Amino acid sequence: MRQQEKTVLDLFNRRKVSRRDFLQFCAFMAAAIGLESTAVPQIAAALETKPRPPVIWLHFQECTGCSESFLRTSHPILADVIFDLISLDYHETLQAAAGLQAEEAKLKAMTENKGKYILCVEGSIPAGENGQYCTIGGKPATKLLAEAAKDCAAVIAWGSCAANGGLPAANPNPTGAKTVDQLVKGKPVINVPGCPPIAEVMAGVIVHYLTFDKLPELDFAGRPKAFYDHRIHDKCNRRAYYDAGMFAEKFDDEGAKQGWCLYKLGCKGPTTFNSCSTIRWNNGTSYPIQSGHPCIGCSEENFWDNGPFYTHLADMPGMKIGWNADQIGLAATAVTVGGIAVHTAATTVIKGKEKKSEQKGGNG
Amino acid sequence: MPKIVIDPITRIEGHLRVEAQVENNQIINAWSSGTMVRGLELIVKDRDPRDVWAFVQRICGVCTTTHALASIRAVEDALNIRIPKNANLIRNIMLCAQYLQDHTVHFYHLHALDWVDVVSALKADPQATAELAQTISPRWPKSSPGYFKDTQARLKTFVESGQLGIFANGYWGHPGYKLPPEGNLMAVAHYLEALSWQKEVVKIHTIFGGKNPHPNFVVGGVPASLVMDGDNAINIERLNLISGLIDQAVDFVEQVYIPDLLTIASFYKDVTYGGGMGNFLSFGDLPTDDIRNPDSFLFPRGVILNQNLQEVLECDPKDPEQILEFVDHSWYEYEGGQQGLHPSEGQTKFKYTGPKGEYQELDTNQKYSWSKAPRWRGHSMEVGPLARCLLGYAKNQPEWKDGVDQVLKKLDLPATALFSTLGRTAARGIETKITGQYLKRFFNDLIANIKSGDQATFNQSKWDPATWPAEAKGAGICEAPRGALGHWIHIKNKKTFNYSAIVPTTWNASPNDHKGQQGPYEACLTGTPMVDPNQPLEILRTIHSFDPCMACAVHLMDTQDQEVAVVKVMS
Repeated sequence: MRQQEKTVLDLFNRRKVSRRDFLQFCAFMAAAIGLESTAVPQIAAALETKPRPPVIWLHFQECTGCSESFLRTSHPILADVIFDLISLDYHETLQAAAGLQAEEAKLKAMTENKGKYILCVEGSIPAGENGQYCTIGGKPATKLLAEAAKDCAAVIAWGSCAANGGLPAANPNPTGAKTVDQLVKGKPVINVPGCPPIAEVMAGVIVHYLTFDKLPELDFAGRPKAFYDHRIHDKCNRRAYYDAGMFAEKFDDEGAKQGWCLYKLGCKGPTTFNSCSTIRWNNGTSYPIQSGHPCIGCSEENFWDNGPFYTHLADMPGMKIGWNADQIGLAATAVTVGGIAVHTAATTVIKGKEKKSEQKGGNG
Repeated sequence: MPKIVIDPITRIEGHLRVEAQVENNQIINAWSSGTMVRGLELIVKDRDPRDVWAFVQRICGVCTTTHALASIRAVEDALNIRIPKNANLIRNIMLCAQYLQDHTVHFYHLHALDWVDVVSALKADPQATAELAQTISPRWPKSSPGYFKDTQARLKTFVESGQLGIFANGYWGHPGYKLPPEGNLMAVAHYLEALSWQKEVVKIHTIFGGKNPHPNFVVGGVPASLVMDGDNAINIERLNLISGLIDQAVDFVEQVYIPDLLTIASFYKDVTYGGGMGNFLSFGDLPTDDIRNPDSFLFPRGVILNQNLQEVLECDPKDPEQILEFVDHSWYEYEGGQQGLHPSEGQTKFKYTGPKGEYQELDTNQKYSWSKAPRWRGHSMEVGPLARCLLGYAKNQPEWKDGVDQVLKKLDLPATALFSTLGRTAARGIETKITGQYLKRFFNDLIANIKSGDQATFNQSKWDPATWPAEAKGAGICEAPRGALGHWIHIKNKKTFNYSAIVPTTWNASPNDHKGQQGPYEACLTGTPMVDPNQPLEILRTIHSFDPCMACAVHLMDTQDQEVAVVKVMS
């Protein structure tokens, strides 16, 4: 197959999309990845001069929820992503070819684009039973990951399973599930946790990378700061009630009906870094706390084992925060500064936590 | 003679491998193998039963509501919790919305490329395509010659770029593709439309459950409050949004999906293979009253054996005589011999005996899959849209009877044509249309109930574990888009003591059982003629007609710690 150097602008021109619409699209992209409008010309320039980067997307121990979330992206919409922005050369849920023909398509994309393709991984990778807990085309997932990672430009670990081990790695981790960055060494890994991640965050990470030709700035856990720099709590629509010490005690009680804070129902918003309360879900329609359910902290490492979901950490033995909802409410009501102190303490605990990736998994 | 192997089967959820013995271009035997396992039922042990829905919801991100629903129903069954009427209606609305999104996406994005030749669409006349579209769906606005010309130009640009992406290496030009170029172009246009459409209908989940995929549920009701005179819960603005989303979703199903399905099917009436053994099972769902009252279900419950539509047998998921799971050809073992076990007593011991490292073929005389083999009174059963359609038809439920009869009449086919790959695909469309009407009905019922003064969405009486008995067992069912789903929980000392699930694809993708009986995929593939065994289009058609969900299908295991392989990449 010939390998033409088509740019995104070329494609837009052929589709008779006006320059104005093209720039509008670039503005959308800027908004999607949290940039000022001054960045629009830079995005436009990038899209005018670059070919569609090849993407190979592997599925391992997963539920396809991350792919489903990606399907939901509203800006840009998925059709524009896979037909105009990237070349999705391997994706088992969407691709036409199966079996040998699918394997050939992947091999060709890897061979022709050495060092250039983005590798996306959805799901954790089982190292137990020498990798036989997940095989594709008769090959263990561990081997498939190594082959694909060898010549990629960077790896994106989609979702909590690929980034943090997720559900398969939850106690007792029966299959020895591993994260991407435990297995891939010597390549940049972007962790995009969440169960699943927000659709527009997924699209934003890809577009950021191909627009600026470099990785987005990552935090200590390898997460893009553009989407994981703040706690859900910081911008929560129920935050005023937390500060005022007004809490729902049960689902559908008077407090819940009034939209009061869900902290006493176990909400993990104060310790969870994600964009749910800013970007929100499904094109800004809502997010869990807005719809009346406490945050379960699904983008945090080990969140499955940090439960139970409906009791706050502070009420559980062995948890480090050391304040229960009543005390926090009291402090917050008494002096706002008290509330801030608690937040700061919680943040310090979370941010200071070393990534426990080396200990995790394997110990079934 | 070597088997032909298709691994990965793509355009499904999860990891499925099919091996088939082909002689004289006909499949004489086939084996289906689930090739990934996570062990989720082991992971939920000792967890708070109120939390378990979130864990098992992640069994599958495609049918994202169904496992959560089955799980909270199992806990509510064990603890005897009755949920408010509004909560039942909201759960039904969420399940119906799931059907519309899931089935439509399956048709266009997972199944259509088995019937639609994308490359042939380049040869279509946009004017003739517009005439075709306007004939089959006069009310759908996007059907001008210009619209199809633009779609064709976009496709041409894409193909000429040399980067074919998801369309690379398809079986384009295979003689099994029968649609004229105009039919192919129309289908490609609707493939793109459906891709944009599907992200809207799921907003119903986002409004009630906060997000999609994986919206939130709660044992005892639903998490959202209804407060018509409040500004911090579901009020009329949110209900209006839902109402609009429902209309938009039903419109697309009725104006685009169903006309496309019937048009495409009319070119494939000779696809009579893929019928299988003719046994069908459904647990039923969509209670208009209470989940404990199967007579109030809109999705029918029952069993049909040997294609006999004259007799519907009773099905009870709790009866230990009826459902047993076998592991003779699955990578598990039961203590005390190889008998089948009812899921409420399920054992969970893993026994991997498959190949070490890379392999070409599985030894299908031995254990060969991570999927177990559930059987109903010893029979291998098909579950899913065809099972529900046939049960509604056999039970003479008017909407199902009419829905099936209309399609048969339109295609000029006898009822026996339903027992085929094409019939299975048609049944999914029939069901989607019926479910769209159910969705409207449940929304109207919700409004009427709120109007009557009832705004309750949650039963608080058993929320506190102190109110629970020391020990309790429960079963929760759900008709997932892919078929009958059951979860069984054993609660002891406020914790999950034992948990097991038999999911639709465990029934459909099951391997051979203790008597050597094939699972439904295997039975349906056997006997299929193939034009070219190197381009296994017919196998993909039949497997896709079931809409496999492999992450669902595989069960749990119990194993030793394993050493960890670290992959070193030299840069």
